[in-house]
Amino acid sequence: MDPVSILLGGLASGMVLFIVSVGLSVTMGLMGFVNLAHGGFAMLVGYAIVLAMRHWGVGFLPALALAFVAVAALSVVLERLLYARLYRASELDQVLFTIGLVFVMTATVTLGVGPETQVVQLPEWLRGQTDLGFIKYRTYSLALIVSGTALVIVLWLGFERTRFGARIRAAVDNRRMAQSLGVDVGRLFAVTFAIGSGLAAVGGGLGAEILGLDPNYPLRYLVYFLIVVSVGGLGRVTGVFYAALLIGVLDFVLKIYFPKGGTVFIYVLALLLLLWRPQGLFGKRGA
Amino acid sequence: MTATRQLAERHRFRWWELVPWIAGVAVFFAFPNYLSFGTQVLITILFALSLDLVLGYAGIVTLGHAAFFGVGAYTVGMMAMHWGWNEPLSGLVAAALVAGAIGLASGLVLLRTRGLTLLMLTLCTMALLEQAANMGAAWTGGFDGMPGLSFEKILGLFSFDALYFRSQYLYSLVVLLACFVLVRALIYSSFGQSLTGIRENLLRMHAVGAPVRARLVAAYTISAALAGLAGGLYTQTTGYVNLSVLGLERAAGVLIVLILGGYGRLYGAFVGAIAYMVLEHLLAKAYPTAWQLGIGLTLMAVALYARNGILGLGDALRRRFGAGGIR
Repeated sequence: MDPVSILLGGLASGMVLFIVSVGLSVTMGLMGFVNLAHGGFAMLVGYAIVLAMRHWGVGFLPALALAFVAVAALSVVLERLLYARLYRASELDQVLFTIGLVFVMTATVTLGVGPETQVVQLPEWLRGQTDLGFIKYRTYSLALIVSGTALVIVLWLGFERTRFGARIRAAVDNRRMAQSLGVDVGRLFAVTFAIGSGLAAVGGGLGAEILGLDPNYPLRYLVYFLIVVSVGGLGRVTGVFYAALLIGVLDFVLKIYFPKGGTVFIYVLALLLLLWRPQGLFGKRGA
Repeated sequence: MTATRQLAERHRFRWWELVPWIAGVAVFFAFPNYLSFGTQVLITILFALSLDLVLGYAGIVTLGHAAFFGVGAYTVGMMAMHWGWNEPLSGLVAAALVAGAIGLASGLVLLRTRGLTLLMLTLCTMALLEQAANMGAAWTGGFDGMPGLSFEKILGLFSFDALYFRSQYLYSLVVLLACFVLVRALIYSSFGQSLTGIRENLLRMHAVGAPVRARLVAAYTISAALAGLAGGLYTQTTGYVNLSVLGLERAAGVLIVLILGGYGRLYGAFVGAIAYMVLEHLLAKAYPTAWQLGIGLTLMAVALYARNGILGLGDALRRRFGAGGIR
């Protein structure tokens, strides 16, 4: 494979990593809530898409929209009913709860759909190759890169240029100060959580074709999501973006050149980066 | 009771502390067909106890503790495979020493960080060891591991019992007792008190001039050695090692066991390991396809309604109904 197509392939999976991880980064930075079930929402959307397309015969994009709404709604219900009770609990109780939730999600799709890997059928116009002039490449990967870039711009604008984004940044940097200035952190968190899970859902839906879809998805990719978040820095949209692209491209390249044990380099890289900058590449020192 | 007397009496053995050991021996006679399972429970208790020392007492949140369990397991396995070193007790000592050395080395580097960063660093260290075991197939057996290891008689007297696991069970019980006595003594020593101090208020411990990093590294090393011991015991009692001893699943599993039982209290490891493994065993038997659902729901319920695990639930009940009781 030539370098450009390897780079494009890596960028596409990096975009998926970014879309799923960014919500995790913000919610963890905001409330310090360790949500290990974050990837579970991504998986559920993948399954919802597969099922909707298979049984109702809807197209890929309508199915994605439908699944996004369903999973975002589910996450709001879970947040209000269950997560909210654990905000003041120790982080270990949060770990226990969210791991339990992952087990429940995994068991539910195993029972409901089956343990085998599901295939997402892409619509006709997203299959095949597109001629970019200098190179021909998979249409779907290009679509991922375009939609990922668009999402980054939207998120960056929302985060850096709106009042709501300013509140989130303030609360991430110093929650008590933000509270005493009248920011309702609890409500802020509820909204952010829904957006974060919704983003995980979008990432899960878009990425199901690349990452594969089976009941072990949440645990298998959890390490990747956590590496992206910790390297990018808690609550940093741009940091998570660069970290996700870095990890995505590197992972893709290494899988091609060192099919055996290529992941070693990811772990070594994460170790060195975190020892060098414990707050993440883009995190604030002493935050 | 005055504070001094309370402090002096805190570490004294109480009659009910005999109960787990009597129960352990009773199981040996009552369930002769379940001793293989019982041995696994005992090893998990020891592993969870080692985690409790760093997580519950020193407040070091790690997601990579299986690294040390795995190092211990592979040490015993590789010594038996390549050097023909099949003597069990010295094998355990070697497992503890190697795991302790790796704990010391990684602790010196990693324990400067806290929180999510430390969590990820421990996780990555474990993942690296797992990949090393996977790739060094000439030494470790790679993906298939090392099956069919055999060990000499324990103390030259009791041979490993492949069918009923009788000697394995008692052997594990005795090793667990010895380690438990050690951990208990550590917890109630001034060293253990300073660990609790570090967990509760890091700044204040720095302010009173406690050697915080040295204490943390020491606790981490001891805990790693104990986890290595548990891993060595695993290899000896089952007769095989494979990559599962080093994986995220084992690390997360022992974390769940400890939180479920209640961390930062000596008996949390016991209650958690027994509750989790018995529940898993029963559910897997009754609903082979759906057991994860039951486990997941249980974990969620415990996290929501029983803060600080099952033992924490006991505390809450006692507080509600008035009695003073066990601390």
